[in-house]
Amino acid sequence: MPEERKKILEVKHLKQYFKNGRTVTKGVDDVSFDIYEGEVFGLVGESGSGKTTTGRSILQLYKPTSGEVLFEGKDVAKLHGRDEQLAFRRDAQMIFQDPYASLNPRMTVEDIIAEGLDIHHLVKDKAERRKRVEDLLETVGLNRNHASRFPHEFSGGQRQRIGIARALAVEPKFIVADEPISALDVSIQAQVVNLMIDLKKQHDLTYLFIAHDLSMVKFISDRIGVMHYGKLLEVGSADEVYEHPLHDYTKSLISAVPQPDPEIERSRKRIDYEYGKFEGDGKDDQRSMHEIRPGHFVKCTDDEVAYYEKVAQSYEK
Amino acid sequence: MANRILDVKNLKIDFHTYAGEVKAIRDVSFHLDEGETLAIVGESGSGKSVTTRSIIGLLAKNSQIMGGQILFHGKDLLKISEKEWQQIRGNQIAMIFQDPMTSLDPTMKIGQQIAEPLIKHKGASKKEAWAKALEMMKAVGISNAEERINQYPHQFSGGMRQRIVIAIALICEPEILLADEPTTALDVTVQAEILDLMKDLQKRVKTSIIFITHDLGVVAGMADRVNVMYAGEFLEKGTVDEIFYNPQHPYTWGLINSMPTLTSEKLESIPGTPPDLLDPPKGDPFAPRNKYAMKIDAQMKPPFFKVSETHQAATWLLHPDAPKVTPPDEIVRRWEHYKELQAADKD
Repeated sequence: MPEERKKILEVKHLKQYFKNGRTVTKGVDDVSFDIYEGEVFGLVGESGSGKTTTGRSILQLYKPTSGEVLFEGKDVAKLHGRDEQLAFRRDAQMIFQDPYASLNPRMTVEDIIAEGLDIHHLVKDKAERRKRVEDLLETVGLNRNHASRFPHEFSGGQRQRIGIARALAVEPKFIVADEPISALDVSIQAQVVNLMIDLKKQHDLTYLFIAHDLSMVKFISDRIGVMHYGKLLEVGSADEVYEHPLHDYTKSLISAVPQPDPEIERSRKRIDYEYGKFEGDGKDDQRSMHEIRPGHFVKCTDDEVAYYEKVAQSYEK
Repeated sequence: MANRILDVKNLKIDFHTYAGEVKAIRDVSFHLDEGETLAIVGESGSGKSVTTRSIIGLLAKNSQIMGGQILFHGKDLLKISEKEWQQIRGNQIAMIFQDPMTSLDPTMKIGQQIAEPLIKHKGASKKEAWAKALEMMKAVGISNAEERINQYPHQFSGGMRQRIVIAIALICEPEILLADEPTTALDVTVQAEILDLMKDLQKRVKTSIIFITHDLGVVAGMADRVNVMYAGEFLEKGTVDEIFYNPQHPYTWGLINSMPTLTSEKLESIPGTPPDLLDPPKGDPFAPRNKYAMKIDAQMKPPFFKVSETHQAATWLLHPDAPKVTPPDEIVRRWEHYKELQAADKD
């Protein structure tokens, strides 16, 4: 049960505002959630919903405006000294969205993968470095002789594997995967997702999986958070959120996902989202996460709880 | 019999590159009837974009047509001059490009961009064209059109830009609309709106659509017929129901199987990568990645075997002498559903 499991990451009231001249863009606005050790937490939302910003703020790639990010109980914004900083950077890694832009074209695959090894002094000599890189290449399903090649010699799927090998090199505990498959073809997407699942089991990893492809997120995630306009609207187990969505926005998002089945497609009814009913009506600052069903949270005011309880009950019939 | 407006016969296209001749399109034939939507599904590099670009005469300079015909109302589009092309392109045949961020001119007002084809092709006056552009903007769901017609592309979001691209493509009421991954760059909610919009406009204007995508979910909702493309060839052709419920080629099985449905528990991936078209394989191009492949697949290219009047697949598995294989569970489930559908049709 969730209570007994260890939290690896706690995000508390995270706010990330961007100043743009006189206007302030609330990229992430008061987002709180926990990630338990060994789980895959999926973050879904449209572009501009703040899911990537959330992932980057967690890894301190941005300095959050306010709020806390606790990794294994420690506030990552207040780590003392280079040692603690390095330790966090080693434990928490990132896989980027675009495998074409995230690998330095002038570095060999060996240097790309071993950069972390060098920084963290994890290898003694060149031979060990080479061996580690070759092992990692094999782990992610690439040929071990490819270490001296350059990124342009690889396809998109292979590059994403290199990105994964780079993240794995320093033996992290936690990986933020920001749309790792969006740029890949369908048949290759399945390969990379399966690889990520296998690696998670072998290396006891925890993932924050960010994506806009809902069916893929549902497939890989244990729990899912739905973001819209910088706010986290709903959190719950993957099945709960998909089968019994509470927030109108989640319902609308799920109804828009096309299914590879002509009959379902012919009868699919899209649900339009009415912005301003349960979000953006001026009462947003009164809304906080309420647990409607065990482990299933929705962002609402105290008054709206009754409504969502009714929604939840309607699924039981 | 539906009115056939496009007939592509044995099309072959090569690209000259430093590495050698890339055989991008290797003997492709298909047709398009009035008012229907044909989806071409395949991975990147399979040749789906090259096929559509050849239909609108926009192939890259280093390409060479090695054979075949593209008959549009009986006229071979491969033999006409650039001048003749300018009469057809954007007028009778129009295209929606994949990336709405780069397919608009950033220095032109969007009103001008939407009106331009009318002035060029239909001889409309500036005033008429502007009025029609305004109407079109409303039709594609751009609110506040009177004001926005004077704006520039950078003032629009991705979804709105794609609506503008659709407005440009449809303003001359083309007979054929080529849509090359028109929603791949968009969010699911915006994608759903754009697809609904395309269906609506198709009904009104009676345009035939060739829809290129790798998203099988989108295909299931949009297409009347589906052609599955791989390594510059078609491997399977059929109606949307035949492809989704009675697929015959192992590549089609693999594609369907590698998509997670909202209820799927396991994800089957297709191992390996598509072949290098510098040196295309001799037999079935999918054979090296196909666990159902037989010896003959590597030696001889399978012909199209007829499954029904509208359904063909190029796989030796359909040969009468081929051993019976059991496809993946998901496909078996779909086959059973197909039998139910057929039984229901007979009643």
